[in-house]
Amino acid sequence: MIFKGRIGALIVKELLTLLRDPKSRFLLFGPPILQLFVFSFAATLEVKNVSLVIYNQDQGRHGHEIVHRFAGSPTFNDLHFVYEEYEVNPVIDEQKAIAAVLIPRDFSRNIEAGNKTNIQVILDGRRSNATQIVNGYIGRIISTYSQELLSLEKSIAPVAVAVNRNWFNENLLYLWFTVPSLVGILAALIALMITALSVAREREMGTFDQLLVSPLLPYEILIGKTVPAVMIGLMEGLLIFTMGRVAFGIPFTGSFILLVLAILAFVMSMVGVGLFISSISKTQQQAILGAFIFLVPAIALSGYAAPVENMPVWLQKVVSINPVKHFLITVKGLFLKDMSLGDVWSNSWPLLVIGTFTLSMAGWFFSRRLE
Amino acid sequence: MRRLGALVRKEFIQMVRDPSAILIAVVLPLILLFIFGYGVNLDSNTVRVGVVLEDHTTDMESLATSFKNSRFLNVRMGLDRREFEDDLVAGHIRGIVVIPRNFAVLTARGKTSAPVQVIADGSEPNTASFVQGYVQGVMDNWLLHRLEDQGAELPTPMIDIAARFWYNPELKSRNFLIPGSIAIIMTLIGTLLTALVIAREWERGTMETMMTTPVTHAEIILGKLIPYFILGLASMAICWGVGVFYYDVPFRGSFYVLFIVTALFLICALGQGLLISTLAKDQFVAAQGAIVSAYLPAFMLSGFIFEISSMPAPIKALTHIFAARYFVTSLQTLFLVGDIWPLLLKCMMSMIIIACVFYTLIARKTSSRLDG
Repeated sequence: MIFKGRIGALIVKELLTLLRDPKSRFLLFGPPILQLFVFSFAATLEVKNVSLVIYNQDQGRHGHEIVHRFAGSPTFNDLHFVYEEYEVNPVIDEQKAIAAVLIPRDFSRNIEAGNKTNIQVILDGRRSNATQIVNGYIGRIISTYSQELLSLEKSIAPVAVAVNRNWFNENLLYLWFTVPSLVGILAALIALMITALSVAREREMGTFDQLLVSPLLPYEILIGKTVPAVMIGLMEGLLIFTMGRVAFGIPFTGSFILLVLAILAFVMSMVGVGLFISSISKTQQQAILGAFIFLVPAIALSGYAAPVENMPVWLQKVVSINPVKHFLITVKGLFLKDMSLGDVWSNSWPLLVIGTFTLSMAGWFFSRRLE
Repeated sequence: MRRLGALVRKEFIQMVRDPSAILIAVVLPLILLFIFGYGVNLDSNTVRVGVVLEDHTTDMESLATSFKNSRFLNVRMGLDRREFEDDLVAGHIRGIVVIPRNFAVLTARGKTSAPVQVIADGSEPNTASFVQGYVQGVMDNWLLHRLEDQGAELPTPMIDIAARFWYNPELKSRNFLIPGSIAIIMTLIGTLLTALVIAREWERGTMETMMTTPVTHAEIILGKLIPYFILGLASMAICWGVGVFYYDVPFRGSFYVLFIVTALFLICALGQGLLISTLAKDQFVAAQGAIVSAYLPAFMLSGFIFEISSMPAPIKALTHIFAARYFVTSLQTLFLVGDIWPLLLKCMMSMIIIACVFYTLIARKTSSRLDG
């Protein structure tokens, strides 16, 4: 019934424009899949394959033992050795290694004598996130060794130990975080670009005026532009969902129906934003750049690049108007946490509000153009 | 030369008339610098956790108080872990710490260690490891104080670790994120904007019109590139000013090196934009092409947020073909370290090679374009 009547005709025409030839079909679905594969592996805050430079001045066995432990650790698989202090500097400066471990001359002698000694660690603050994690790894290796030296002397079991468990993602696999997030981000990207450009292109070509003088009412044009973009966005989301399940083996614990409904609400809000941008742009260039001005902060402040909790409180309030932020909570929750209807709803109603608001703004601008 | 001047002037007028170009060159940098100055913070400040006390002994209460007093944890107390499970699913808290009923019995016995269960929200892997780290820190401290109170001789660690963070001693994320975000802005101006502007000429047919005039191909191309090159440099100046004066990011390199590096990167980015618009027939395709081949790689594959050395080998190899990677490294070095010539020269050489590839491809494609 949706494909009947005036609106139906417009929807069919829009879908045909988007899916007509193989090349445009490829442009809609090809790049997102490519991005899924490249970025889900690239976007990791884990630190692996760490390069380390070691300056061991100690001839004794404790120095050797420490070096041996770094060499044996799977994290540090790129060790450089230097034999003069002045060689340390350029290795860090030129980013040949992210950190340097300096073992002093009297290291073994002090340990044998029961004295305290120290190891100096120099880290490259240019990459401060990775650096902090590397610092943790280095610290753990050295303090474990230090602990072992002590417990050789006297054995004390600590009274309490922390037993760590990670729910929803036992091994803290980063892919389980990125792939669900990309379902949202890539679907958003496509839905927004399609709609931001659709009206602007028609306006630039002059066909929008023809549409306006046709018997279609402004709200009918709006529906005719919204429905196809929402359909494509949903297809995109489900395609990436399927790839995530099949190719990446990400578990999906939640309800599929809820996921479809949540994607629909999300894509609708993005389409609303896209049509709104489109309705206020005169040219395609303005529409694309306008979409970017929205998209860049929306993705950066979505919880994908860095957790929302780390933002200042006032900014956390501001980002509650960001549709991507709400959807990422839902999509990750449905993938990993078997999120309940109540939780999905509390993260989806803001999307409906944003969608309704932006769509009515777009509709208002459309009808205003008429006069 | 006069013809070229006229073309450049025409392009500038067009740029000023359509505010979207200025928006990208001036407003977007401010938004981005703002986001990376305040919004994107990888250093976890306080994590919300629930602490479950299954019983109330002095020991357990004092451990719970240690958790409450930690400045890294924002604690809510409870008596049963089931109180917190829904909150963990909803993401209201990021971890649950359970101090078990038999804690007192086990600690009193002295031989075995009492387990304190830490349940972290694995759906946020980065935050989860912070939760574990913070809880461990609190417990280590508590254990130490407990021994001290009992008057026991403290086992002091034999080896001290003196860690020093060079170039960015306070480890401000901002100091490395802002140079990185400049690379994204330059990519947008160089590649996206140029690709759009030239694709529009093709779309409207004005490119063909221009080719029928006495203007040469080289002049048409230069006429397009020079204005956006200047726009990019202007935007760089704005970013530099805001970064250094407003966000207090240090600048330890020299200006002429910054200029050379920026110019080289802009030449690459403009070349890429030009190539995309030569291959694409309309603005939608050009925009898609620019996003896929320039913007997203500048974000994800440049080492700006995500560490390149941690990526799998094929993707690590892929990062070498993006000029953004070399630009980000150069900018971070120029801002935080200084003129480290061996590193900078390597980056410059790589950018020159990338630029050469782009312009060779363009020269091949443009001549055949009219037939297609």
